[in-house]
Amino acid sequence: MLTISGLTKVYGDHVVLDALDLHVAAGEVVCLLGASGSGKSTLLRCLDLLEPTDDGDIRLDDVEINDPAIDVDAVRRQIGIVFQAYNLFPHLSVLDNVTLGPRKVLGVSRGQARRQALELLARVGLESKASAYPDALSGGQQQRVALIRAVAMTPRLLLLDEVTSALDPMLVGEVLDVVRDLAAGGQTIVMATHEIGFARDVADRIVFLDGGRIVEQGPPSQVLTHPQDERTRTFLARHLA
Amino acid sequence: MTREVSARQLEREAYRRRQTRRRIAVGLASTIVVLGALVAGVVTAPGWDRVRETFFSWHHAKAAFPDIADAFWLNIRLFLVVEVLVLAVALLVAVVRVVPSPALLPFKILATVYTDVFRGVPTLLVVLLVGFGFPALNLGGIPTSLFWLGAIALTLSYGAYVAEVLRAGIVSVHPTQWASGRALGLGYGQTLRHIVLPQAIRRVAPPLINDFVSLQKDTALLSAIGLVEALRAASVYQANTFNFTSIGVAGLFFIAVTIPLARFTDWLGIRALRRQSGA
Repeated sequence: MLTISGLTKVYGDHVVLDALDLHVAAGEVVCLLGASGSGKSTLLRCLDLLEPTDDGDIRLDDVEINDPAIDVDAVRRQIGIVFQAYNLFPHLSVLDNVTLGPRKVLGVSRGQARRQALELLARVGLESKASAYPDALSGGQQQRVALIRAVAMTPRLLLLDEVTSALDPMLVGEVLDVVRDLAAGGQTIVMATHEIGFARDVADRIVFLDGGRIVEQGPPSQVLTHPQDERTRTFLARHLA
Repeated sequence: MTREVSARQLEREAYRRRQTRRRIAVGLASTIVVLGALVAGVVTAPGWDRVRETFFSWHHAKAAFPDIADAFWLNIRLFLVVEVLVLAVALLVAVVRVVPSPALLPFKILATVYTDVFRGVPTLLVVLLVGFGFPALNLGGIPTSLFWLGAIALTLSYGAYVAEVLRAGIVSVHPTQWASGRALGLGYGQTLRHIVLPQAIRRVAPPLINDFVSLQKDTALLSAIGLVEALRAASVYQANTFNFTSIGVAGLFFIAVTIPLARFTDWLGIRALRRQSGA
C-alpha cells in the first residue's frame, strides 16, 4: 500500500534520511526503532507531507504523494498522524475534538459524528469524559483521545510518532492497549517507538534505523531475538538492560 | 556537499520554483489592480478638483510646513516625557494590583478605582480637568506650565490603560514560573522582577506599543488647553487661509512617527517568535 523508495531528507549538510526504501502492506503494523536522531520522526513527518522531501518517491497505492502539485489535503485525509505531545485543541471539548474532522472535512452530520465519536470513546474507556476539556484529563487520557481523533477520520494509514514518550510509565499501558486494539482491527500502522516489549507483541515487522538508513528489518522474533547488525545489538542491549 | 539528485526530483524543484514565481506574479497583479482601482475611484470623483485644491494644495503645504514642523517638536517632547511617566505609573499600579499583600489593601483599592475611572473617562475630559482645574487649586508645588499640566493629564489617562495591559501580562505568566522562582529561593519581589516581569513584558509588547502609538496621536488633544502643538499650528494656518491642506500636513507628521513604531512592533513580535522556536 505504501511504497517508499530512495527517500532523502537533508537539513543543511546533515543527511537525516539517506535514500531510504520501505514497503508497507495493507493491514501491516510496522514499528520503527532506533536511537534519537536516527530519522524515525523525520520519516513520519515526510509521510504526512509535513516536511518537503529532498529526493525519492513516496507512493500511496500508485499515487506519488510527494509530488509538489498534489492536493495535500486530499492525501492527509487518508493518513492520520498522532504526535508525542497529544496536540488536542484546548478550546474544544473531548467530543468536539473528535467530531471536528469528520464534520468539517468529511461532511458527516453532527448527529452521526457524535454517535461515532461516542462509540470510539467507549472503546478506549473515555465515554464519561466526552464533555470534559483536554486540560482536565491526564496525559494518558489525552493521548487516547488524540488517537481516537485520528481514527475517527478512518485513515487508510495511521502514523504514530512516539505516542507514549511524554507519558508517565504508569500511563503508557493504557495508550498502548488502544494501539494494540487498532492493530487487531486491521489498521495499517507505522509507528516510531521506544517500547520494545510492545513492538515484540504487536509489530508484524521491526525496522531498525540508524543514520537515516534501514540497517535491519524483519519479524520481531528475528530482529529482536537474533539481531544481525552490531548497531541493533548495541541499541537493544541498552534498551533491554 | 553535493548530492546526486534524481531527474524526478529536479522536475519537482522546477515545479516549486514555477509555483513561487506564480505566487509573486499573482501578488503583484492583485496589488496593482486593487490600489489602482482605489486611486482611480478617488481621482475620477466629480468633486476631485475642488477637493484637491482645498485639501492637497502643494502651495499651501509648502507655506504651512515650517510652522507645523516647529510645533511638532512639542508633540515629540511631550510624547517622550509622557511615555516614560506612563511606564512608571503603569508598572507601579499593575504591581500593586497583583501583589497579594494585605498591608497594600488601601493602595490596591486606589489602584483599582484609578484604572476603572481613568479608562472610563474620555481623554479630552481629563486634559480639560487637569489643564484648567489643577492651576485653579492654587496649591504650591503643582506645576503651572501648560507643558507639564498636559503631560500629567496624558499620563493619568494612558497610565490606566497601560497598567491593565501590564497586569494582563503578569497574570498570563504560568503559575509554575512563580513556583520555580520561589523554589530557587528567590523572594516574591525578586521572582516578580527577574522571572515574571521579563516574560510578561515580552508577551504584551505588541499591545503596549499599540498604546504608545495611540499616545503619540493624542498629544494633539493638548491643543484644547492652548498648547501650540502641530494640530493647533495647522488649525491656525487653516483659519487664516480657509485651506485645509495644513491639517493634512500635520497628519503626515503624526504618521511619520507612528508607522516606524508600528513596523518596529512587528519586528519585535517576529524576533520573539524566532527566538522561542529556536530557529
